[in-house]
Amino acid sequence: MDKHFRFRKFVERANWFVMLCCISISLFFLVAIFGYVLVNGASSIDWEFLTAMPVPAGESGGGIANALVGSVLVVFIASLMALPIGIGAAIFINEFPSHGLGRTVRFLAEVLTGVPSIVVGLFAYALVVLPTGGFSAISGSVAYAFIMVPIVLISAHEALRLVPDSLREASLALGIPKWRTIMGVVLPVSSRALITGAVLAFSRALGEAAPMLFTAFGNSFWNLNPTKPIATVPLLIYTYATGPYEDWHRKAWGASFVLLVLVLMTSVLTRAFLRGKSDE
Amino acid sequence: MNSETYVMGNTFDNAEPIAAQKVSDAPNMSELVRMRVESLSVYYGKVAAVKKVDMSIKTRKVTALIGPSGCGKSTFLRCLNRMHELTPGARVEGKVLLDEQDLYGPGMDPVDVRRRVGMVFQKPNPFPNMSVRDNVIAGFKLNGVRDRRVLDEVVEKSLRDAALWQEVKDNLQKSGASLSGGQQQRLCIARALAVNPEVLLMDEPCSALDPIATAKIEELIHELKEQVTIAIVTHNMQQAARVSDFTGFFYLGELIEYGETGKLFTTPEVRQTEDYITGRFG
Repeated sequence: MDKHFRFRKFVERANWFVMLCCISISLFFLVAIFGYVLVNGASSIDWEFLTAMPVPAGESGGGIANALVGSVLVVFIASLMALPIGIGAAIFINEFPSHGLGRTVRFLAEVLTGVPSIVVGLFAYALVVLPTGGFSAISGSVAYAFIMVPIVLISAHEALRLVPDSLREASLALGIPKWRTIMGVVLPVSSRALITGAVLAFSRALGEAAPMLFTAFGNSFWNLNPTKPIATVPLLIYTYATGPYEDWHRKAWGASFVLLVLVLMTSVLTRAFLRGKSDE
Repeated sequence: MNSETYVMGNTFDNAEPIAAQKVSDAPNMSELVRMRVESLSVYYGKVAAVKKVDMSIKTRKVTALIGPSGCGKSTFLRCLNRMHELTPGARVEGKVLLDEQDLYGPGMDPVDVRRRVGMVFQKPNPFPNMSVRDNVIAGFKLNGVRDRRVLDEVVEKSLRDAALWQEVKDNLQKSGASLSGGQQQRLCIARALAVNPEVLLMDEPCSALDPIATAKIEELIHELKEQVTIAIVTHNMQQAARVSDFTGFFYLGELIEYGETGKLFTTPEVRQTEDYITGRFG
């Protein structure tokens, strides 16, 4: 009896230890990645790096201002496309469950999250670049939107599923039509989770380089015209990191650091915003 | 047999003429029939949850529905404002007449039905994204009414009617979810009353509440029947005896006995009713 008890206690501690190892390992790599990028990248960050245009290879100085603005612009336009589609589809799947199409769409969305981003880029190339006759920021946004839609859709579906049916019933029992119930009760109640999902998709797209190769293409000059090729940070990292110059490698590290901070800031600011919202 | 006690099967032989007859007959006008249910059957897929029930619900009276779990009383109640059809696989046969108008008739919009027949649920379910005030006027706001003066009046009247005004009048902007369970349920009652329904359905409104909150709701039911017809499902026979004027006993989807509450609890006509109210089963 006593022996048994000691054995169970041992199993308990062993399990705890294994889990501690797991979390330590995952935490280690997270910290290691951030630390490595910080050590290599932080030294090249200064005001000029963030605000200046790129200079031709061989010249010193210059920055990534156009890529920074380009990235935000392309992902922003992608969000304008992906958020309504993803959330709208999630509403359809969750609020009209008797329709068989919903389950199929949800399954396809899960499959879509697994499609390699380079394939998504090629698809956007065929869909937008070829018919319009040239690389453009907007084609990059379409490619990003393809990556974002399934993420938004799945997270929004999960968010809507968490809204208790009792609230829908409460609203319908007041003689409020279904669409008003969705807009006035279901969406506001799940808004925090919807925003979190949207930010997740935003961050994910922000770091993708492959879909930009055949779409946004990159640009060494200033551009805000969505129909023209545009520079983005991940693409710039790819170009600089694979280039032959020492200065480019340094800048690639710097840009990586900026990208990481950008993603981190998006998450932190969203959390702060949501916390403020709950205090209302 | 007393004319107020209707045993299943001959319910309407007696109840049918009440609307006309009781006006002259009764000492007051309150014996009018507000809702009449004719041969109502409800199915979940192929299983019948309610079987050919006839019942008349009288104006400004409280009608209690009692019976063991799974007897179909909640399902029956949810048919009275067409909430039942939200359940996948649900099907309804028969008629539910509100002021002689069939709620399941062609051209009847369930949204319109639910505006006239309100509902309070088992668990208090205030909208967590809204303040106390916005909860009360949710039925107006979500239907596009914006006039502040009208809404202010509705808020105060409904909260007074639900006996909650004194407790929340200084905190109308507080979240509805921050109230206690009993207050939340009264908020839900205020919300249902705000749209001025003809009938209020209550599906075990006290089962999630403590005895003190329960007593408050019961007292409220007494006051509310002055202005609205109430049908209440309850697990608690003492509660049915305390709050209702008429009681219906459901068993296995059938309405076994329906009549005046006092009579049904003291001298039931059917053996099953007696067995149930004396605690021999259920």
